[in-house]
Amino acid sequence: MSRVLTFAAAVNEALAVAMDRDPGVITFGLGVGDARNIFGTTAGLQERFGAARVFDMPAAENAMTGVAVGAALRGLRPVMVHQRMDFFLLALDQLVNSAAKWHYMFGGRRGVPLTIRLILGRGWGQGPTHSQALHAWLAHVPGLKVAMPATARDAKGLLLAAIFDDNPVVFIEHRWLHQAAGEVPEGDYRVPLGTAQVVREGGDLTVAALSYMVPEALRAAEVLERQGCRVDLVDVRSVAPFDWTTILSSVRRTGRLLALDIAPATLSVAGEIVARAAMEAFGALRCAPRRIALPDIPTPTSPALTGGLYPGAAEIVGVAGEMLGRSFDTIGLDAAGVPHDVPGDWFKGPF
Amino acid sequence: MARPLAPALLLKLHRTMKRIRMVEERVAERYPEGRMRCPVHLCTGQEAVSAGVGAALRPGDLVVSTHRSHGHYLAKGGDLPRLIAEMYGKATGCSSGRGGSMHVVDEAAGFVGSNAILGGTIPVGTGLALALQLRGERLVSCVFLGDGATEEGVFYESLSFAALRRLPVLYVCENNLYSVMSPLSVRQPPGRVLHRVAHCLGLRARGADGNDPVAVYRAARRAVAAIRRGGGPVFLEFATYRWREHCGHQLDCGPGMRDDEEFRRWRERDPVALTEAALLDSGIVGRADLEATETAIAAEIDEAFRFAEESPFPEPAEAFAAVFAGEGRPAP
Repeated sequence: MSRVLTFAAAVNEALAVAMDRDPGVITFGLGVGDARNIFGTTAGLQERFGAARVFDMPAAENAMTGVAVGAALRGLRPVMVHQRMDFFLLALDQLVNSAAKWHYMFGGRRGVPLTIRLILGRGWGQGPTHSQALHAWLAHVPGLKVAMPATARDAKGLLLAAIFDDNPVVFIEHRWLHQAAGEVPEGDYRVPLGTAQVVREGGDLTVAALSYMVPEALRAAEVLERQGCRVDLVDVRSVAPFDWTTILSSVRRTGRLLALDIAPATLSVAGEIVARAAMEAFGALRCAPRRIALPDIPTPTSPALTGGLYPGAAEIVGVAGEMLGRSFDTIGLDAAGVPHDVPGDWFKGPF
Repeated sequence: MARPLAPALLLKLHRTMKRIRMVEERVAERYPEGRMRCPVHLCTGQEAVSAGVGAALRPGDLVVSTHRSHGHYLAKGGDLPRLIAEMYGKATGCSSGRGGSMHVVDEAAGFVGSNAILGGTIPVGTGLALALQLRGERLVSCVFLGDGATEEGVFYESLSFAALRRLPVLYVCENNLYSVMSPLSVRQPPGRVLHRVAHCLGLRARGADGNDPVAVYRAARRAVAAIRRGGGPVFLEFATYRWREHCGHQLDCGPGMRDDEEFRRWRERDPVALTEAALLDSGIVGRADLEATETAIAAEIDEAFRFAEESPFPEPAEAFAAVFAGEGRPAP
């Protein structure tokens, strides 16, 4: 059975399913158990599973990551959460030098079953230190897995896969997706880490999207289809390990690749997708691959400065037109009445 | 006057120290051959801390350590031939040739791992203690660290959390006065006492002579007993001195380096020699007994080096194996 749940509710349900299934699953982070419950994602867990397994923590990101590593080495499956990815930068030492290395550097004797949830901010002036998308950094470190779900269904299935994986997994939630609703199966199911999914089939253009770019690409694909351009839309879902088979077979079918990212373009995951396609599917390409990502600048705060910063469905339609040598209409893509710096009426800030 | 230690215990402390000393000095002697192709951080001079703490822990208790971990590993019961083989980069090494001297492990002995990032295992050992507490295991997690690590943010963060949750963790700080070649005087304000810092963070803490294995053992035994009773974390600071250079087999005293006179004073307080003198003075052993012990340890070390030298290297393809758990693993 499945029902319609929001992304945030699906995350909450995944945590409850995991904690119910395995008494070794614990979850902690700054704000876990407080009145707001990490945007609702940890609501009810402390009441149900107790303060020993669900707890708030000191503002000590690096040590608490190392604590999670140690707990994982002694049989627990910690799930740590940070309300912004930016806050987690203090913990890169423990993530990179302890969590990612432990299994390999001690000869493959013991894995570190650790999940770290990082929430990515955008809009409402989140600005330079509350909206960085640094998934490429993390995916660059051997020994780490990095998941970036775009739908409520994948949020639950990937989070369960992450928690029960015997390796450190970074699970990245886009704040603008928390209210996105979709069909979510009940109970325990896993979406395998490292698998992309073709969410819309078409033969004219491969669009590789991740996280919040997936709904933008879906809107673009609908507009393009009405004008005779059929998009093969691949939701990347995991950036480490990366499902090259699905992406490259799509590119070989369509001969055109447009990679989308939510981070600055230079040295981005989108750049890696373009490089791989050029190296391994060059003969199939009918035009140069393209990418749409953010400019290489810090995020400013004022809405006057962010208006053109985040590319979306209209930009996707525009680039698709350039790749196909056509001019497509973007009618219907204007978000009438919704300011550019919020995902919809549900988000009134501040965070 | 403190009650003398039972002769058997003093003999055990001596043997542990002597074995660590002889292993480290053999590594120093053989290192220039260029076959142990990894950085080594030798603990010659600091053996009393390893021996005293090791004797106070039970086999099931857990230990994490630093770049300078050979003594901690051996005193906890870590496998000697596999330690040497690891330095030789062999497939039979305790970390299958992937860690070298700086990343050693022997889970069967309760030695969970050492890491060469300054302060890197302080939170990991704290997390082990969290798991012990949540799982209801009456064991102790022991974290070895040096004075340099007390300058890292993660030190304060970890001790604070351990105090908050009353975790079953023993922090053992070997204060050898130097971080690489930087003395405490350029790193910390004058008059700071490290164990008082830990006390301010909410831990029971004390300092003791780190070159006296009996003092170390007594402090550690008391701490471990209190922790096992649920009394929360304890921090012990042991004053000691590293004889060789920070990294490598040579000495680092002389012009522009550590003071010769300082080194000479510490050598007069050699924990191994002082313990041997105490054993002889009290009539527990004679010279012949000490020589027999030395001969037996030398034979064991000979055998460990032979094992390391004769062991195969890992296959080159194994570099690509077991990046992730669940992908298979290299040779046992």
